[in-house]
Amino acid sequence: MKRTQFSSPVLPYLFLLPQMTVVFIFFYWPSVQAIQSSFYLEDPFGFGSTFVGLSNYTDALGSGEYLKIAWFTAVFTIVVTFLSLSIGLLLAAKADGVIRGSSSYKTLLICVYAIAPPVAGLIGMMFFDQHIGPFVKLAAWAGWDMKVGINYYDTAFAMIVVSVWKQIPYNFIFFLSGLQGVPVSIREAAAIDCRSPARRFRTVMLPLLAPTAFFLLVINMTYSLFDTFGIIDVIVKDKAANNPITLVYKVYMDGFRGNDIGGSSAQSVILMIVVFVLTVFQFRFIERRVHYN
Amino acid sequence: MAHVTIDRVSKDYQAGVRAVDSVSIDIADSEFIVLVGPSGCGKSTLLRMVAGLETITEGEIGIGGRVINHVDPADRDIAMVFQNYALYPHMTVRNNMAYGLKNRGMNRADIEKRVAEAAAILRLQDYLERRPRQLSGGQRQRVAMGRAIVREPAAFLFDEPLSNLDAKLRVDMRGEIKQLQKRLGTTSIYVTHDQLEAMTMADRIVVLNGGRIEQIGTPLDVYRQPQSAFVASFIGSPAMNLITARGESGNLVIGDQTVVMDGAMTVPDGPVTLGVRAEDMKPADHGATAHLELAIDYVEELGAGRLVHGHVGDARLALSTPSGEPLSDLLPIVFDRQRLHLFDTATGRRL
Repeated sequence: MKRTQFSSPVLPYLFLLPQMTVVFIFFYWPSVQAIQSSFYLEDPFGFGSTFVGLSNYTDALGSGEYLKIAWFTAVFTIVVTFLSLSIGLLLAAKADGVIRGSSSYKTLLICVYAIAPPVAGLIGMMFFDQHIGPFVKLAAWAGWDMKVGINYYDTAFAMIVVSVWKQIPYNFIFFLSGLQGVPVSIREAAAIDCRSPARRFRTVMLPLLAPTAFFLLVINMTYSLFDTFGIIDVIVKDKAANNPITLVYKVYMDGFRGNDIGGSSAQSVILMIVVFVLTVFQFRFIERRVHYN
Repeated sequence: MAHVTIDRVSKDYQAGVRAVDSVSIDIADSEFIVLVGPSGCGKSTLLRMVAGLETITEGEIGIGGRVINHVDPADRDIAMVFQNYALYPHMTVRNNMAYGLKNRGMNRADIEKRVAEAAAILRLQDYLERRPRQLSGGQRQRVAMGRAIVREPAAFLFDEPLSNLDAKLRVDMRGEIKQLQKRLGTTSIYVTHDQLEAMTMADRIVVLNGGRIEQIGTPLDVYRQPQSAFVASFIGSPAMNLITARGESGNLVIGDQTVVMDGAMTVPDGPVTLGVRAEDMKPADHGATAHLELAIDYVEELGAGRLVHGHVGDARLALSTPSGEPLSDLLPIVFDRQRLHLFDTATGRRL
């Protein structure tokens, strides 16, 4: 691009300004605030704060409850990411093979994505409702006395199911467009070279989908870590009690329900570091194995 | 190696569009057949039906005596070279070639041997560990060839394999493919829209138009005895002159001039389409009787010779002559009267 396209050298920065303002106000500033207040013990009623050094961090990391939640978050993230990626891929591969009526299939599969997370949480909760939930009845037939909101594992199960269900359409869209981006002639060459469709999919289509899959891996992990907040909130209804929650929800609980701003900030800083490390890892080690054309 | 029989094969797409209409071709073992025609003539569809990438609406296709209408593409014992090469972008050159063999359960040592042989034939030894995107167009083309060769199939299918290459490389690869095919003796079906490729490579040419066969024959047959005005116009460069003429008591009337035939060929009375190649006319020698006087419009210098464009009445003609002295505006010309072609004006069939 030529410099002369702008009459004034200030103009391009002016164009960037709104975006930069948003990033600054909603990301950098709160981040700096969080880091700062994570070193202080904040009075719940706002009458001042005391510098406590790293003790907010040591408190969090030393607490058995925090570590248990961290462990649940890790399991939850891995399971949700794995399931929503693999089911999304399976549906995309199947929809890609459909010739007649393919657009109605696609629309039906995609439209779930238009549902907002809290609404998805609500709908999901209806399915797991103790009195009218079809899933609970189904489980009862199989001899499983499902008690979502009371039993730790049943609640975790419901959270995972609803979170996966919510994320599948997103993965589906990307996988489907990725599959359709594979040139027809490459599929045809593979059809001549390899008899088995499953093997063909594994050896030709899947490697060509790798860039899409990598992108979705990053997106799905952030989704599981952060964007499932709405779903969890609807399921545990603000009263976590004995129910499983993720780290993000714990940050919210401690900060806004427990009024422990310092501890909550320390936890968000820990989360930031975790996400940063994860992102670096993904880009350094996984992206390298992905073939971009 | 095998013969390929295409027996009254038709292809209908939805909405009753007939892409290929009852085409029959018998392809002998080791023969190099070129399907040629303008775009939309059904040549690629026909090839893809042989490959198993399109279903066959009617008729039968056999390879080596086995009807393969409902055989999986991978089991047809064919290898195909695609227009855009269709190499697997995530595999090295070696794996691109080995892929089809691995899937057929061939043991590692044999695969190695075949890949090495193919790489030597195609001068790809130094590129075996590269990926397709690191190769030039010509190299990719050779990898696509290699992928076909290693399979040692009953038949090679080529779908316009040279059309993505630049002109110079196209000429080189044309020769290479032809030589390779002669050496391996594998039955080949080659699709192109380029009549020059068809002429230079084919043992026999199949000219297709609108889903039907216009003519099957050796390149020289098709060039010298085109069975229809379409074939005449399609094969040969420069294209054959096709002009409207009239038969009158055994002679040809073009515009307001009459070409005296002296019984060189029988001319029916009435309107005909006259076909004459640029090299089958020449300026009349001094003192000799000219058949026609051509009003010259312009001259194209080609170095080795020149192409003279002119007209007689409404009919436009181009003739090739050796380069030499400047020409006058009105050129007396003589025809090689044995080599004139007459076609029915309505059906386009040869008379």
